[in-house]
Amino acid sequence: MKHFSNLISAIEITNKTNAKIEALVTYFKTAPERDCLWLISIFTGKRPPRPVKTSLMKQWAFEITKLPEWLFLESYSVVGDLGETIALVLPSPTHEIEKPLHVWMTELIALRSKSDTIKKEYVLNAWSGLEMQERLIFNKLIGGSFRIGVSKKTLVNALAKLSGIDANQLMHSIIGNWDIETISFKDLLSGSHINYDNSKPYPFCLAYSLEKELPELGKPEDWQVEYKWDGIRGQIVKRNNEIYIWSRGEELVTSQFPEIVETVSKFKHDFVIDGEILALKDSAVLLFNDLQKRLNRKNITKKMLEEIPVGFYAYDLLEWNGEDFRAKPMEKRRKQLEILFAEFPISEKLKLSTVINFNDWEALRPIRENARALNSEGLMLKQKASEYHVGRKKGDWWKWKVDPLTIDVVMIYAQKGSGRRSSKYTDYTFAVKKEDGLVTIAKAYSGLTDVEITEISRWVNKNAIEKFGPVRTVKPELVFEIAFEGIAYSKRHKSGVALRFPRIKRWRKDKPVSEIDTIESVTALIEAQ
Amino acid sequence: MPGKFYLDPWLPVDYAVISHGHADHSRKGNKHYLCQDDSKAILKHRLGHDISIESLPYNAPRVINGVSVSFYPAGHVIGSAQIKLEYKGFIVVFTGDYKIQPDFISTPFESVKCHEFITESTFGLPIYKWLPEKVLQQNLHDWVLKNQSVNRTSVFFGYSLGKAQRLIKLLEGLDTIHVHTAINNLNNAIEGSGIKLPKTKLLTYDFDKKVVQNKIVILPPALLGSRLLKKIPNAATAICSGWMQIRGNRRWQAVDAGFPVSDHADWDGLLTAVKASEAEKVYVTHGSQAIFSKYLNEIGIPSAEVKTEYGEEELQSEEKEKKEESKANIL
Repeated sequence: MKHFSNLISAIEITNKTNAKIEALVTYFKTAPERDCLWLISIFTGKRPPRPVKTSLMKQWAFEITKLPEWLFLESYSVVGDLGETIALVLPSPTHEIEKPLHVWMTELIALRSKSDTIKKEYVLNAWSGLEMQERLIFNKLIGGSFRIGVSKKTLVNALAKLSGIDANQLMHSIIGNWDIETISFKDLLSGSHINYDNSKPYPFCLAYSLEKELPELGKPEDWQVEYKWDGIRGQIVKRNNEIYIWSRGEELVTSQFPEIVETVSKFKHDFVIDGEILALKDSAVLLFNDLQKRLNRKNITKKMLEEIPVGFYAYDLLEWNGEDFRAKPMEKRRKQLEILFAEFPISEKLKLSTVINFNDWEALRPIRENARALNSEGLMLKQKASEYHVGRKKGDWWKWKVDPLTIDVVMIYAQKGSGRRSSKYTDYTFAVKKEDGLVTIAKAYSGLTDVEITEISRWVNKNAIEKFGPVRTVKPELVFEIAFEGIAYSKRHKSGVALRFPRIKRWRKDKPVSEIDTIESVTALIEAQ
Repeated sequence: MPGKFYLDPWLPVDYAVISHGHADHSRKGNKHYLCQDDSKAILKHRLGHDISIESLPYNAPRVINGVSVSFYPAGHVIGSAQIKLEYKGFIVVFTGDYKIQPDFISTPFESVKCHEFITESTFGLPIYKWLPEKVLQQNLHDWVLKNQSVNRTSVFFGYSLGKAQRLIKLLEGLDTIHVHTAINNLNNAIEGSGIKLPKTKLLTYDFDKKVVQNKIVILPPALLGSRLLKKIPNAATAICSGWMQIRGNRRWQAVDAGFPVSDHADWDGLLTAVKASEAEKVYVTHGSQAIFSKYLNEIGIPSAEVKTEYGEEELQSEEKEKKEESKANIL
């Protein structure tokens, strides 16, 4: 496991994507072929089912170390990762086991059907034959995420660097159907098991934020205006009865949205459309938070499909029956898109993005202001004569987002993060004033610099009033300005309101707690909408 | 207290008995200081040459107002001592900071039997287990050699009193070691009291990049992300601290490596020291005092926690030093 262990050590320490790619390339160049295939398999989520239950591993760790459970749990709360905690508390190794990754994987697959006694014997022998980092990796091979910041995209970029093959094609290759026992590394990369011509996506056309006054854009009739949606920008590729959904991050996400695939399969023609993957229920767009619950799951249950149905809003047509449409003016592309949808019965799963009718620029302002009520982020302005550009180009497409709402709040709880953030208090709960006390209003995780987080963590250490599991109750002293995209009444929340996509705008060191918002001033924001 | 003196006081007093030279244990403003011989030069260097200070060798009692005070090696840093107090046959030992494992640079820890034992608990969780010095040394050497093979300069970050000297010892003979002014000044003070340190070179402000390239540099943690660091050609950076034991901590820092190197006792070290003291009662101070004392009680060793103002975490005392050093050496 030395090869793999060195790779993990090199990757986990750096937050530079290029360094991660470099380490992966080195691994692919030097590791045995079957190990390379297993690495791809593990980092694309193609992993054998967990052979040993977590509860058993914990129990065996207690037995070996003779530690009381509470002490193990205290350790776990500091480390933030069960596999790592076990690896750290075990005694030093007594012998040395060196086996390549693919041998470990093969053994673990066989272990699944064995008795608990055999499992225990196997795991204990591995634990006492591996040093700390290898032990941690072994625990992760049994199950659980490595959490080292290697996305499919990073992996694909490393393979592209290694082989010189197009990254999108490699994405299709590694996600496609292949059998680790029979395929060679070379064949996997060259994509002999897939037909890339059927899945090949186009680069997305992106917009800049509007930086002019509306009249400077010219005549209103030259522009097409639509709502801007906060989902996942996606591309549906349908060619020769095969369907692929690509995300803007150039990941193939087809299997995550079976309902979209099913709907698309009913179309007769071949096409490539650009649009937005959204959580849609009863003809309304749900929050991105809801959509998030559907992402990166291994299995999508029936319950999930019912609770958070997903659909696709079509923005643009890039290819029609094999013909590249991108150089045609948008007006033409839109017309063809409308023809496509006219032939198809209205579906909740696949909808044409609505074009907003307006006669003069001023009429757009109230529409934009009102966008939030629809869970929209604002408006998109697109020049009717524009072609579908590669990437970001100024002038033809503009996004005109609604300004976020902001309130001043005080921190009342802090919790340590996970992964890279597990050593610091990074997750905070905020409150506003209610009568003589405070009421929880939102949780937020992002928006501060590492330096600020370090400073706040130190402050939390000194000012924690109460410990409740991993949560620290702190003196209500630190004031923050938080921004959010929307606000609505909610029965589920103690404060009676729910904020959409709250994040920390800045740390208001200048403001005393006495000047934070009150629940009345917050609810007034809903009334103002 | 009959002795009318204080151990590592955090408010100014007339008579301070000091365990070692770290800033959170030896503060400014006391009227008189007593420390172990090897700490004297360090304290003078850090607190001012005009302080009123006396020192004693290890295991040489001095009676102050009827209380016998003596120093025993704590193995933490050069000159670090456990303070043994004896009054009418009752013995109390205050450990200050300590580690059990010899580092071949500070006098190795010596356990002292007592009635009451006051121990630190910085790393008082079973997840903290240090590697044997030989293995640690091998890991550090491997890292430097790997860096050299790709033309990179190895830059280590460590506390300038203790960690820096330990790193110098661990890396001795591998290649030229360049040290920051703050470390160099301390080394001079230490050598002034007759202790021999491995050879190092001062990293001057206008250092020659060609001379430093591919070599070893040791800097105090304050200089992480500093202009000086940026001037070092092809730097590969490593933090050396006990906290680096945990992956989340290693990953939080934007460095190329994190080595768990600590001058505090690890979990087994704490237990060894407590048991060897044969104390009837153990008081646990800074660190994981609540957890460690709870555990001691469970295994049948009567214990209680004591809240102190010593650096709650090693990183914090490093932060403190950071401020002092950046004030003193603006580079």
